[in-house]
Amino acid sequence: MELTNENVLGKIIEKFGEENVWDALNPDGIMTITTNRETILPLIQYLYDDEELQIRFLTTMCGIHYPDQKDKELCTMYQLHSFRHNYRIRIKVYFPIADPVMPTLTNLYATANWMEREAYDFYGIIFTGHPNLVRILNIEDMEYHPMLKQYPLEDQTREDKINTFFGR
Amino acid sequence: MATENKTVELDKLEEFRNNLDLKLHNKEDQNLTTLNLGPTHPATHGIFQNILQMDGEKIVDAVPTIGYIHRAFEKIAERRPFYQITPLTDRMNYCSSPINNMGYHMTVEKLLGITVPKRAQYIRVIMMELARISDHLICNSILGVDSGAFTGFLYVMQEREHIYDIYEEVCGARLTTNMGRIGGMERDLSPKALHLIGEFLKRFPKVWAEFEKMFNRNRIFIDRTTDVGAISAERALSYGFTGPNLRAAGVDYDVRVMNPYSSYEDFEFEIPVGTKGDTYDRFMVRNEEVWQSLKIIEQAYKNLPEGSYHADAPHYYLPPKQEVYRSMEALIYHFKIVMGEIDAPVGEVYHSVEGGNGELGFYLLSDGGRTPYRLHFRRPCFIYYQAYTEMIKGGQLADAILTLSSLNVIAGELDA
Repeated sequence: MELTNENVLGKIIEKFGEENVWDALNPDGIMTITTNRETILPLIQYLYDDEELQIRFLTTMCGIHYPDQKDKELCTMYQLHSFRHNYRIRIKVYFPIADPVMPTLTNLYATANWMEREAYDFYGIIFTGHPNLVRILNIEDMEYHPMLKQYPLEDQTREDKINTFFGR
Repeated sequence: MATENKTVELDKLEEFRNNLDLKLHNKEDQNLTTLNLGPTHPATHGIFQNILQMDGEKIVDAVPTIGYIHRAFEKIAERRPFYQITPLTDRMNYCSSPINNMGYHMTVEKLLGITVPKRAQYIRVIMMELARISDHLICNSILGVDSGAFTGFLYVMQEREHIYDIYEEVCGARLTTNMGRIGGMERDLSPKALHLIGEFLKRFPKVWAEFEKMFNRNRIFIDRTTDVGAISAERALSYGFTGPNLRAAGVDYDVRVMNPYSSYEDFEFEIPVGTKGDTYDRFMVRNEEVWQSLKIIEQAYKNLPEGSYHADAPHYYLPPKQEVYRSMEALIYHFKIVMGEIDAPVGEVYHSVEGGNGELGFYLLSDGGRTPYRLHFRRPCFIYYQAYTEMIKGGQLADAILTLSSLNVIAGELDA
């Protein structure tokens, strides 16, 4: 079976229902769907197990911070790849920053271990069930999660660097 | 007082060990030794720390620590105009920086919808394959050094210098190249650059054949590397391996073939695969890939199309300097590009290229501003280095060193 965005989306919605999978977009040829925290694990497991899809490679995952979206401040993006069909899919989950909890994928993909540690390190997303959720690239006694948008890159007390001069 | 201090220190040590999750092996069995390998050990070729739990010379457990040269590229990229991010990508896999540069340029071009002319694509292919050769060449020759054969390294390093001479002629820099622009190359290949590439194509096969002669059927080398640091195809896929390390385990995944970019579909080449995924297979796969890269460069060099070396993208591609002095429009564009005053369209793209070590991906999220809203690098080294613990467990310490160099983990890419 040739995998297209339409029939993969059809299969997913048939399995999980429209209330759990929404916002199917196609920004760059890779189908992007949004789901919720309860569905993400069964969904990725289903994509792995289904004989027609065989989406069995976790290419990458990362956190994204949207400070202006109320109750959807944090986002986790997973990107999966089916080598059999050369088909890629991107899955996003939005959740509030007050409750930054996600289920872990480490039981399915060994590579999720460090990816999740990276997302925890930079965004403070807590992956429940992760075997060793500690910081990975930053020092352990750091007290904040540096990729969050409220932390500016440069020293804000400097007066010689005015943002408008730099086109920002 | 002195004893008190000592107890405190012992307590600290105990706590430290507990944090490392090594207590399982340590409490009962007093014969185990803790050995700190790295972070600046000359045999690890980069800043890698592994705290090993040893039973004699056998490794029982290992805890890797990374992040020693973390430079927050993803954060910096959120505050920089698009063209200023290219130098950051140089410093990821610094053994093959042109691949990183061009992979990033192609990502931005995908976001902007720019089509690059055929000539620029072919020049990119030539430069990327040269970079792959220099990357594989250093990995394989260093593997020789680690197993006790220094000669090969000495001779192929000379060839790497010749590759860097070509870089220098094309873009002016040697190691961190910052090569090309968004929209193509900054200049056409000069007659001298073409001459240097032609000379390289003539000279290099002999050198590489000699290098292979020294290693491929060398009894000592084969004994030293077979079954060392082996990983099965299933585990490799689960760990997210890509590139030569995955192909050595027997999976023929290559981004250049599966999702061709920059006209790779025009070239004839093969993907070498191994069977066992051990150090010897990784070495052989990289050796063969060098030959395939040479084949690609030869084809691109012979069939280099005529035409422009850059796309017509005035908002992103700097106008020629002479124009800037003469025409008002060019001056305005020059100023706007340099000051980063051009808003990118809203969008979300993922683009991946076959880097020296595997699928090098760029996930770019733009909210319509002058800088990326989020730029995530899929760094192959970061993803497969986590399998290192599993690969060295149960082996000898000397094998761990060989495994590390055959995986070709580049510290800059690991920590980004």
